[in-house]
Amino acid sequence: MSLNVADIRRQFPILEQQVYKKDLVYFDNAATTQKPKVVIDVLDEYYKKYNANIHRGVHFLSSHCTDATETARKTVQHFINAKHAHEIVFTRGTTESVNLVAQSFASEFINEGDEIVVTRMEHHSNIVPWQLVCEKYGAKLKVVDIYPDGTINMDSFKAALNAKVKIVAFTHVSNTLGTINDVQTMTRQAHSQDIPVLIDGAQAVQHTHVDVQEIDADFYVFSGHKIYAPTGIGVLYGKEEWLEKLPPWQGGGEMIDQVTFEKTTFNELPFKFEAGTPNYIGAIAMGEALSYVSNNGIDAIKKHEDDLLNYATERITTVDGVRIIGEAPQKSSVLSFVVNGVHPYDIGVLLDKTGIAVRTGNHCTQPLHDWYEIPGTVRASFAMYNTKAEIDYFMDKMQQVLEMLR
Amino acid sequence: MSTIDEKQQEIVDEFSVFDDWMDKYAYLIEQGKELTGLKDEHRTDNNVISGCQSKVWLHAEYNDGKIVFTADSDAVLTKGLVAMVIKVFSNEKPDAIINAEPWFIKEIGLEENLSPTRSNGLNAMLKQIKFYAMAFKAKHG
Repeated sequence: MSLNVADIRRQFPILEQQVYKKDLVYFDNAATTQKPKVVIDVLDEYYKKYNANIHRGVHFLSSHCTDATETARKTVQHFINAKHAHEIVFTRGTTESVNLVAQSFASEFINEGDEIVVTRMEHHSNIVPWQLVCEKYGAKLKVVDIYPDGTINMDSFKAALNAKVKIVAFTHVSNTLGTINDVQTMTRQAHSQDIPVLIDGAQAVQHTHVDVQEIDADFYVFSGHKIYAPTGIGVLYGKEEWLEKLPPWQGGGEMIDQVTFEKTTFNELPFKFEAGTPNYIGAIAMGEALSYVSNNGIDAIKKHEDDLLNYATERITTVDGVRIIGEAPQKSSVLSFVVNGVHPYDIGVLLDKTGIAVRTGNHCTQPLHDWYEIPGTVRASFAMYNTKAEIDYFMDKMQQVLEMLR
Repeated sequence: MSTIDEKQQEIVDEFSVFDDWMDKYAYLIEQGKELTGLKDEHRTDNNVISGCQSKVWLHAEYNDGKIVFTADSDAVLTKGLVAMVIKVFSNEKPDAIINAEPWFIKEIGLEENLSPTRSNGLNAMLKQIKFYAMAFKAKHG
């Protein structure tokens, strides 16, 4: 089954926009994706018709929202093939999910002299939370090396694993390089030494089929807004056995069982990690977004995005002075590059004036850019609604922009 | 009209002939390419005004009652903006600099570059220029 991209494009109102009187070409999907009507309609409808706080009201609206939220939880469960719905915790996004695990896990399991392993290609959101707990508990952050093509150095990965390592955190797909990591093998290797893993799926779930049981991930995290859902909602998947072992991170409403001033007992999973009023309408809308992706077919989406990436890669390679950053054999939807003698910032600003939205800079992976010894890259990242015609336009404008800047 | 305002008006007049964004930016790039004058010995980390994406170096010297600025950037568009800012503020007395507003940037339609989140260092550079003016005023009266 292949995608009907023309039809898909009609589902995304923002794509009809012009910027600077030019048709919008939105190639900044790794930063956030646009939203289809069905998702926008959920927000509109729920605030107009159904809004009421969940899990506490006995009235009609509250029951309706509670049911819808729990249905959304099941949608997420099935989308990543989790064993139980209560293994799905709603958070604000990937960053909060990583912080939740880092803080909670460390308070229970990290002691002085322990080690936490990350890779060189991690987003700051999968570095800094671990750094913070390392500082707090006197643990050491170890970094797994990569090869210049942007693949993980598996020898370095294996070498990093030892009895002192308490958790390994790595990305499924690199937001800068586009590399798809062999997360299943990495997880197996960590597990062979009884080390749990956290996988950052922020750039993976929207592009490729994810099965957390097949991967055998202990924790898998992602954001809603990068998979066509609203901002401010995300997911922490954790194996039941792990989530049971972790203490609550934040305290407040909904996460409690009994509260007295002497002692509070906590609610069961997943609610013990959902303190305060959660973004339930965001969660319901995320459920809608995941259904939208499933209805289009994640495999068909992947095929379309792979075609776009291959086409763009082929075409950009013919541009004089271009160096692609990230040339792993397995890549997903991200094309980062630098141009000899031209600053990425200049390219980004000028492309913007032609209606093209790309990201420039270090994409929150400063250590990775330092390693490549580049100040930043231009990054074009694709989603299901992008087309080859847009890539053609992008290439034309790149030529024009480079002529101006050289 | 102060000489700073006159210089700003000149820039505004030069830009008024362009109605297309690309022409505007082509002109800005030209300005950037013409920006020279920062000596290598002043291209130091001390003189860096850090934007998130593009770097700006700014050096100031006090000469006969006036401040002379030299600057550079690693991005050409930023360099173009920097060139215009330098043109406006350099070779002026500290008091004139302290009291001046860089209104020309908005006038030529490039005010988006002044946003603190724009991260090209321009905003920080303007602040630094005022700091230099205040410092030289304090030092030399």
